[in-house]
Amino acid sequence: MQTARLETAVRRVDDDVVVISLVGDVTAASDGPLTEAYQEACGHGPRGIALDFSRLAYMNSGGIGMLVTLLVRAKRAHQRVAAFGLSDHYRQIFSLTRIDEAISLQDDEASALAAARGTVGTR
Amino acid sequence: MSTDTTPAGDGTRPAEDPLPRDAAYWAAPVSQLVAASEAARARGLDGKRLMGPQQGFGKLWRRSHRIPLTGVAMTPEAVVAQWKVRFGEFWPRGGRFHPSLGGIEPGEVAALDVGVGQVCVLSTGVFVIYADETSFAYMTPEGHALAAWITFSAEEDRGTTVADISMLLRTADPLVELPYVLGGARLEDRFWQATLRNLATAFGAEGPPPVETSVVCLDRRRQWAQARNVRHFGGVRTALRGFRAPRGG
Repeated sequence: MQTARLETAVRRVDDDVVVISLVGDVTAASDGPLTEAYQEACGHGPRGIALDFSRLAYMNSGGIGMLVTLLVRAKRAHQRVAAFGLSDHYRQIFSLTRIDEAISLQDDEASALAAARGTVGTR
Repeated sequence: MSTDTTPAGDGTRPAEDPLPRDAAYWAAPVSQLVAASEAARARGLDGKRLMGPQQGFGKLWRRSHRIPLTGVAMTPEAVVAQWKVRFGEFWPRGGRFHPSLGGIEPGEVAALDVGVGQVCVLSTGVFVIYADETSFAYMTPEGHALAAWITFSAEEDRGTTVADISMLLRTADPLVELPYVLGGARLEDRFWQATLRNLATAFGAEGPPPVETSVVCLDRRRQWAQARNVRHFGGVRTALRGFRAPRGG
């Protein structure tokens, strides 16, 4: 299976929350781009991070592992993590792998930002 | 990576999104395992929930083992196709794999017996969460000693096909954590290193060269909220049996 490199974009929403957009393929080879994006996001000192999966094209089991690594880093930094833009397919994968117990899945960006801020209940 | 200052939309996906390229490779969601084979039922796998590293107790580890198949004229796809069919054949002695009739396909449950130390055999199973042309991955169920994802893959590296086993894991509960830290992890590394050497030998690799192993502790903290996983341990058919040294190890 040919995979493409993951592209990321980091957007500071305000003092509390940063959005990291994941564009392309999330695989075991995504460690570098994900780490760089997370470090850039942390430069803004956020309390929460919202992951934008709306342009996710492909993810394999190695990619799930990379997401868990990111979640661990955020947990260590006492940051909330929310996600939005997931298709039904990727929601099912998050459910299968039980990642949905560690990350707040939201239907849209506004809800994800609220969840990352901790202003709404998270799952 | 770039810093994007453009305001986003609402982040919802268009309704007409086609299925992604990975759609056929993932298992359908399951709330509980359905053990189709007698071997899986005998190991108490029926009705178990899956447990990933985030549901485990111990430190979070990434353990990877790689071996270049030098001199082997097989593509990564050919290696993985054979690996799926002959998976248990490459295991060292002390381990026995009981695939389901469906083989290594997404959603299948397989039973296994693995020697731990000199006298103990752990009988449990795994669930195939993902399988494509160049990789396949297992997730462990409740009652397994580890809460893990284990990915088996092959790729081309500078003209040579390389076989790889990568694990992301925590031990499932406090009863497993101590023996794992005190030597169980090393035994497990040896098991997978021997597996790769057996695979390389079976495919006619030159040497074969040593297995490259990488061990990284991603989270040193234990998840005490998951200590209650110990209640699942009674479901595992753990027996005291003879154990032989790994073949080729």
